[in-house]
Amino acid sequence: MSEPPARSQPMIAVQQLSKTFDRADGAVLDRISFELAAGETLSIIGPSGCGKTTLLYILAGLLPASGGQVSIRGKGHGRGDTAFILQNFGLFPWKTVYENVVLGMKIRRQPPALCRRIVQDLLDELGLAELARRYPTQLSGGQQQRVAIARALATRPDLLLMDEPFSSLDALTREHLQNTVLGMWRKKRLTYIIVTHSVAEAVILGRRVVVFSDRPTRIKTVVDNPDFGRDGLRDQDCYFHRIRQLRRAMERRV
Amino acid sequence: MKLVGRYLISGGLLMMVWKMASLMVSSVILPPPELAFTAFFRAVATLSFWRHFGASALRVTAAMAMAWLMGFPLGIVLGYHRKTDQLLSPFVFITYPIPKIVLLPVFLILFGLGDLSKIFMIALIIGYQIVVATRDAVLGLDKKYIDSFRSLGGGRHLTVRHVVVPAALPSGFTALRIGTGTGIAVLFFVESFATASGLGYLIMDAWGRFAYDLMFVGIIGMSLLGVLLYELFNYLERCLCAWKYLS
Repeated sequence: MSEPPARSQPMIAVQQLSKTFDRADGAVLDRISFELAAGETLSIIGPSGCGKTTLLYILAGLLPASGGQVSIRGKGHGRGDTAFILQNFGLFPWKTVYENVVLGMKIRRQPPALCRRIVQDLLDELGLAELARRYPTQLSGGQQQRVAIARALATRPDLLLMDEPFSSLDALTREHLQNTVLGMWRKKRLTYIIVTHSVAEAVILGRRVVVFSDRPTRIKTVVDNPDFGRDGLRDQDCYFHRIRQLRRAMERRV
Repeated sequence: MKLVGRYLISGGLLMMVWKMASLMVSSVILPPPELAFTAFFRAVATLSFWRHFGASALRVTAAMAMAWLMGFPLGIVLGYHRKTDQLLSPFVFITYPIPKIVLLPVFLILFGLGDLSKIFMIALIIGYQIVVATRDAVLGLDKKYIDSFRSLGGGRHLTVRHVVVPAALPSGFTALRIGTGTGIAVLFFVESFATASGLGYLIMDAWGRFAYDLMFVGIIGMSLLGVLLYELFNYLERCLCAWKYLS
């Protein structure tokens, strides 16, 4: 489980990416570069307000970059190449669980029979089948997050982006959902980037962990995490060791 | 059934207040409720009452439908499309405070003395309320919904269909419900001349003939029409915005 995938063409290549909203404020992101192979997972961690969310918005095609390049499978990227799980889920309260999950496929005009099959499979896998006709406000936070995961996966994206997806959930639900994401990664060989402010979550969910500096945000360091994906990682010494290593990396001055 | 019960209770309370008021006023202009309702139930057995009721119902329903068909899409466009908003909103807000009812003579001349001018008048007044309420609802839409939809690959048109319209619908219905009161009030006014049908005419005509019990037949009829419309919009909203009414 833990060997890094063979490096061929990267799934996503980010080169010298910069973002400035307001010249007076200076750059939010300053020449960020990294690559991610297919099936590889990346955690991004850094101080709050450092531009982690901004980076995901650019990768999702929701914000233009001020400089640099993003390519997915060697091509330029646009909206819809990636799936994005926003903070607070971004589920539509006026759509049922089923309607929320199928939406991305509907936008892509995929045949109804295929939509039904894929959505049904995902709902089954994520334990949501019984809730298909409910509305998001009738669900618990953990259930809502699983719907958001199902919705993101329904379009079978090249790259999944998650912006602090579990920050509003209680500790137990959070662990459970981290396992859900790991399970989906094992099954579907997802490529994903997760932004988090939890050191433990970064270690559980990222094959590599990118540590961001304060603004203007640069990559402070990248921590390799070869134990990623190991069963029962949370109880093992290497997990605590990695957390300590990551803490030290975060505290170090650039 | 619950709904009927609620109406019966509040109706009963209203009767008590009415009864006391009529005892205090002690004048033919405010007959006691039992007298008014006796006259009302006698009237509902006549074709003439339903002719008036039907004429009024048709006018106000047509007007509110027209107000919705013009007002809701316009509110959506203004709220969602910044350039159109910059162009048209000043016009909407300059003309909004003008009491449109003063234009009735103009409407009567332009659209004739028939139903059309009455319908247009009511529609214009309600339409403004719907435009303003809908535009505000769209402007107040949490941007995370737009981002979320765009991240799924949705373009502008689909955003309107899947995000903007469903999010603004409840506000549109609120505007319709508030508009019901306004609509019935304007209906009374436009029916008070240049027509020989409608509940407004019934009221004014009875008043002129000092037939106060008949006048109250018209007043109760108008209230009934208002309640029916209000409940119709409630029903439509429950059908179209089920997500707002989850237990």
